[in-house]
Amino acid sequence: MAKHKGKTNEPFWWALFGAGGVLAAFCIPVLLFLNGLAIPLGWIEAPRYEDVLALVQHPLTRLFLFGLISLSMFHWAHRFRFTLYDGLQIKHLNFLVALMCYGSAIVVTVFAGFILWQL
Amino acid sequence: MPVSHYPRYKKYRPRVYSKRMPIVWWVSKWPLTRFILRELTSVFVAFYAIVLLLHVRALSAGPEAYADFMAWLQTPLALILHAIALVMVLYHSITWFSLAPKAMVLRVGSKRIPGWAIAGANFAAWGVFSAALAWIILAL
Repeated sequence: MAKHKGKTNEPFWWALFGAGGVLAAFCIPVLLFLNGLAIPLGWIEAPRYEDVLALVQHPLTRLFLFGLISLSMFHWAHRFRFTLYDGLQIKHLNFLVALMCYGSAIVVTVFAGFILWQL
Repeated sequence: MPVSHYPRYKKYRPRVYSKRMPIVWWVSKWPLTRFILRELTSVFVAFYAIVLLLHVRALSAGPEAYADFMAWLQTPLALILHAIALVMVLYHSITWFSLAPKAMVLRVGSKRIPGWAIAGANFAAWGVFSAALAWIILAL
């Protein structure tokens, strides 16, 4: 990595990466298994639209989903950024890669905030 | 390619000669492949974050849009993507909790809590969280 002089914003991105890593590790496997495999394959009965809507409209659920979606994206952004540096050796594209990764995470965060707010 | 008058790569040009590594430097040794696989789990974490967002968007768009989304989840493409993603997010969780003792050093008095206990507590918490989330969804 390039040498940093004085202050950097690296710890900020790292904190988001860590928070997203923890939340994703705890929550995503079970959500993915139930919503993405068990329910579509009919292993368990699909809940009714009204019931899912009522659950997701609860303020705590909205907050949880916002945090999970946003922090998972920042987790990806940080980890994928360094995977691209090391795996593909494209350090010279430093700024572009960082912009692409963190930028995507910010776009998804704004979009998630908007959708969950007006739900 | 024309020679640039302003070489953009100057900042990173090494001062000594070093052989360029092949792009797939990490396939030759299993630990390196495992490292890259672990880093790539983040792609599937992001994949599922976006699927969740689309799920909520379909929900907010009304019953027809929601039914369409549920039908998409049943397509072979969606099922295969989710099956691969499940393996990768499980790998993320396992590697994440296994590394937890390296990230947090806890002490009781002057005694350091052993790494296996911290990792074990994380795995136990994972079980409790998963059961709680499953209970909420299954109760619908």
